[in-house]
Amino acid sequence: MSATAHALNPQDQNLQQAAAESRARLDAHVREIVQWHFNPETGCPFWLEKAKTFDFDPLKDVQTYDDLKLFGHFQDEWLRGGPVRRWVPKGLVGEPIYVFETGGTTGVPKSRINMHDFEIDYSNFGDGLSDDTFPPGSDWLMLGPTGPRRLRLAIEHLAHHRGGISFHVDLDPRWVTRLVKNKRWDELEAYKEHVSGQALKILRAHEIRCIFTTPKLLEHLADKIDLVKYGITGIFCGGTEMNADFHRFAREELVPGADFVPVYGNTLMGLARAKPFDPATGDYTITYYPPHPRAVFEIVNPDDLDEIVPYHETGRVLLTTLTKEFFMPRFAERDEGERAEPVPGSPWDGVSNLRLFSRFAKKVAVGVY
Amino acid sequence: MNELHLPLLRAGKPYRTLDSASLTDVRTGEPLGTVSQAIPGMITRDLQQAEENRRSLDAFTVAELIDITHKAAKLFGEAELPLYPGADQGFTPEQYLQHLSATTGMPMALGEMNLEKITGVMAGIEGVLDGLTRGLDLSVLDGGWGEDGGRRVSYQRLTSTLGAVLPNNSPGVHNLWLPAIPLKVKLVLRTGSSEPWTPYRMTMAMIEAGAPAEAFSLYPSGHGAVPALLVGTGRSMFFGDQSTVEAWKGTGKVQLHGPGWSKVIFDETSADGWSDHLDMLTSSVAMNGGRSCINCSGVWTPKNGREIADAMARKLAEIDALPLDHPDARLAAFPDPEVARLISDMIDDYLTTPGAEDLTAKYRSGGRVAEAGGCTFLRPTVIHVTDPEHPVADAELMFPFVGVVDCPQDEMFEAIGPTLIGTVISDDQGFLNRALDCKDIDRLNLGPIPTYKISWDQPHEGNLFDHLYHQRAFQIAS
Repeated sequence: MSATAHALNPQDQNLQQAAAESRARLDAHVREIVQWHFNPETGCPFWLEKAKTFDFDPLKDVQTYDDLKLFGHFQDEWLRGGPVRRWVPKGLVGEPIYVFETGGTTGVPKSRINMHDFEIDYSNFGDGLSDDTFPPGSDWLMLGPTGPRRLRLAIEHLAHHRGGISFHVDLDPRWVTRLVKNKRWDELEAYKEHVSGQALKILRAHEIRCIFTTPKLLEHLADKIDLVKYGITGIFCGGTEMNADFHRFAREELVPGADFVPVYGNTLMGLARAKPFDPATGDYTITYYPPHPRAVFEIVNPDDLDEIVPYHETGRVLLTTLTKEFFMPRFAERDEGERAEPVPGSPWDGVSNLRLFSRFAKKVAVGVY
Repeated sequence: MNELHLPLLRAGKPYRTLDSASLTDVRTGEPLGTVSQAIPGMITRDLQQAEENRRSLDAFTVAELIDITHKAAKLFGEAELPLYPGADQGFTPEQYLQHLSATTGMPMALGEMNLEKITGVMAGIEGVLDGLTRGLDLSVLDGGWGEDGGRRVSYQRLTSTLGAVLPNNSPGVHNLWLPAIPLKVKLVLRTGSSEPWTPYRMTMAMIEAGAPAEAFSLYPSGHGAVPALLVGTGRSMFFGDQSTVEAWKGTGKVQLHGPGWSKVIFDETSADGWSDHLDMLTSSVAMNGGRSCINCSGVWTPKNGREIADAMARKLAEIDALPLDHPDARLAAFPDPEVARLISDMIDDYLTTPGAEDLTAKYRSGGRVAEAGGCTFLRPTVIHVTDPEHPVADAELMFPFVGVVDCPQDEMFEAIGPTLIGTVISDDQGFLNRALDCKDIDRLNLGPIPTYKISWDQPHEGNLFDHLYHQRAFQIAS
């Protein structure tokens, strides 16, 4: 079954047409990217080596998006450890290489190489931000994961792309994860104070208009000051813990009057934008659309990853990244959500109510209380 | 009739979230209603107004708040009360009990018993406060200072809020947070996932009786909101299983209500007269479906262990699984049948360690797991244990389950481990002195008092007044 083959609203001919065109563009993009990654002149050592184990020829047999099934499912474990240069496409040797990490609270982190992908992704995303609420030329505060994460550079690039300067506060998400895992709540509070205290100093000393932060830090900051009174007009916020209630809470209580833009992104793909909020409908559901054709979502049956679930039904997110820097076919994400229909501007599948994928293990409560 | 929905109460104001959790009938799986789900940030944000909301209680004297609680007792026990402020739906006591039973698996008959317990504590709240404050003239709390026993005293409130992470197991536990209101401290409650009914009904009884709505915040939520509540409230109580409450140990701010491991303890002489106490032993195990921390989970004895266990097994095996609305029902159903099976498997696993024997098996009419009226139950289980180190010796499970443990008299008080209620049966003053000295026993009953028999004027698991107030040094220039 194809990623966009389910019934669209038959009355919306334009949307149907746009969906068909995006599908054709996706198929063409798949051909281009697979040719690049499996051409001995341009491909990376990892995939060229892997191709020797295939019982198909990627260069001949992969002509459409659906043909990516031949690759099976990308395993993120392949990204753990080195040598990291096995992921560098030969066609890009000589370009400056960044390495971004994901995970790593325990064990070896997963690494993804990057040359210009993060700049392209964040430029594309930045072009879609409102000039009214993220004014061109205005300055930013980046209050989110730094260190080996992509975000540090990506937000700075986004600010540059929109003519601004980005201020930063260090934040170590691995330390936060460790504090949460070990239930060291007082230390977690102290760390939040430490981080938000630095942010407040910057907000007081400079004319910041736009912020990138996480939902938890936004709450913490908004509990201390009225961000809108401080001149903040646009907030761009990432994290899978955001749901419709958080979206409403942010717009109605944390930062009323500011533009609140939820995003879904990670090191393995670009940046998925959310369907714009329409105050007239009061619908706070967050629906993300991937940056087609560079990334594709399929929402699939967790017990059969080849089966796309019907629209509005729950499934696991299958993520495909298709750039010249990184080829990641059909990776089963740790997230689940409801499959969302194409919309004007993003005529391809999206995902609503994204949350961590959970198969509940039965737990026996020992002890009554 | 509208769909039954319980919103959050944010300082008494209903707030319906977009996401909600289902409340289902454990017998049929049918949805009975939905309940809003707080996000952690909402709790933290609301707590910024906590002191302002708390001050609504300062408009009343403690005596007036006691009077309100008395009125609330009558309303709780007898009236049709709205589900929340402004609700167009209400519950009679009968409807409350039906919903309580349906979503938690507690038999109607046990629900009624708990309703009476709550009503009794509300009606006798001054006695509870008297016990908590050791007879303090409570008007001292109205003026900040006063005379007590001929001495000038002043009490400093340590917090604006009492937070509580509440359980699903038994409505009676809600009596523990209730005194906060007459003590002029705002409540911030995270209700249990299948038992929001009792905290909402108690809250509505208090509001309808005249308590200020701002003094009550109720946040049904997922586990993610628990740290926000416990970190954000000045003082709190946390009901949970051992692994859950462990992380909050030693913080001082959080009063922990974990497993009770309550016990009945014999000495060499009294163990010869065990048969005189058989009713007390079995009722201590089985009262309230065996779901409370004050149920007996261990009988420790220097001799006759097997005989005691055998007699208890024979008697407890008479309690069988019955439909929830049966007037004789004494066992609570497991909302998730799989959990019952896992617990039974875990007991079988315990029994593979030598030194333990399930004596109930031969007396009961079927397996440990039983079905009745569309529900899954665990039948009472008595295990004789010959070694105090055996895993059964410190097991506590959510149904009538008890280990009868052989333990030499001389080693008894070193071996028993944490014990919320210790009923010690002995005429030996030396043994009783050792019981009095034992740091592991919280509430001590001397003589054959059932473990579940609580005098509410005797605080256990920490004194709420001491948790909320501090006696400060105080002088006034004459």
